[in-house]
Amino acid sequence: MDEGLRSELSKQGIFTTTLEGIYNWGRRNSVWPLQFGLACCAIEMIASTMARYDLARFGAEVFRPSPRQADLMIVAGTVTKKMAPQVVRLYNQMPEPKYVIAMGACAISGGPFKQGYNVLKGIDRYIPVDVHIPGCPPRPEALIHAFMTLQKKIGAQRLSGSERARHADPEAPSEFPVPQYGPHDLEPSKNMDVWQPPKLARAG
Amino acid sequence: METLEQIKDRIAAAIPGARLEIIPNDTPANQRSLLVDREHAFEVARLLRDDAVLRLDYLSNATGVDWLDTSIKEKVKVKKVVEGVEKEVDEMVERKKAGYLEAVYHLYSIAHRHGPVILRIRTDNRTDKTRLPSLTPVWRSAEFQEREIYDLYGIIFDGHPDLRRILMWDGFQDYPMRKDYAEPDDYEYEPTPHDEVLEKAQPHSR
Repeated sequence: MDEGLRSELSKQGIFTTTLEGIYNWGRRNSVWPLQFGLACCAIEMIASTMARYDLARFGAEVFRPSPRQADLMIVAGTVTKKMAPQVVRLYNQMPEPKYVIAMGACAISGGPFKQGYNVLKGIDRYIPVDVHIPGCPPRPEALIHAFMTLQKKIGAQRLSGSERARHADPEAPSEFPVPQYGPHDLEPSKNMDVWQPPKLARAG
Repeated sequence: METLEQIKDRIAAAIPGARLEIIPNDTPANQRSLLVDREHAFEVARLLRDDAVLRLDYLSNATGVDWLDTSIKEKVKVKKVVEGVEKEVDEMVERKKAGYLEAVYHLYSIAHRHGPVILRIRTDNRTDKTRLPSLTPVWRSAEFQEREIYDLYGIIFDGHPDLRRILMWDGFQDYPMRKDYAEPDDYEYEPTPHDEVLEKAQPHSR
């Protein structure tokens, strides 16, 4: 629609929009996160929902105790290898459209425990992550920033055409394989469909 | 509190046959400990708890230590016949010392407000003879800590009521805190590796 005509119409009290626009507007202003925390990042996540930082301003105050009712998974904290299958299973149980924020150094890469024997080196090895927030732990402002970034991302999603969002594509996967406990490590140790190690050229 | 020597004598008097040894500590802490043999460890533990003078009723900490096999090189004077004359010659002798696993218990007395007394029990070796008596029947707080020692070091505690892995999953086969533990190779992406991590990351970047 022509931008000038839209502006002209709005002056006359007629509001026009697209189906995509109003659909995304509704979705991005009522993103309900899944209520679960894994470590100290969860404390910051809780703080950001309370009165001082007030995540409710962004329509995300209703933390859902069930993955069936949640739109957003905030992976807040260290994902141990023992916990990783449960995190992936929770993600699989969420209905589309669903989003993931990896909160803090541990959820991104393993953080200070990266070389530990029982810490997953980033949850993006098993599930697709939409927004990464660095920090140890990130401040509530950082989580709110990640949230606003996610809202922008949701607002820009296309519902049809070749660049449509994953949830609008019936061919795209909405569940990802849950890793199994192996004798020495999780099996598989990463989901190559979701995560591939970036190529790094090294001397020597 | 009584000195460790007094405690040792007290135990030796009450439990004949118990092999006790005071392990020195050369660090500034100078916190010596009492090594007890496996067969009498349970009796000794009960004595330490119930003795009216000691009353070590609180187990603050139980942990494991992994001691690798070591070889000690020593100079030994040997009599040898050199050029028809018997002489004393220094000779380097290498002695192999088998490694072992060790459980360490830190005991305090809430009743008498003293402590700590440190108790050590050692296994025969690191591979097949890794059984120790559980002290959980004496101090209930040992239950989870002995499970953790079992999980991370592989010491099997006889008499433990519920010996399962506590941190790792049940099908896990390694003992991660042992010094020869080889961790899984997930070093595909190391943006700023150095030292050991660089070595582990190198094969992935080719």
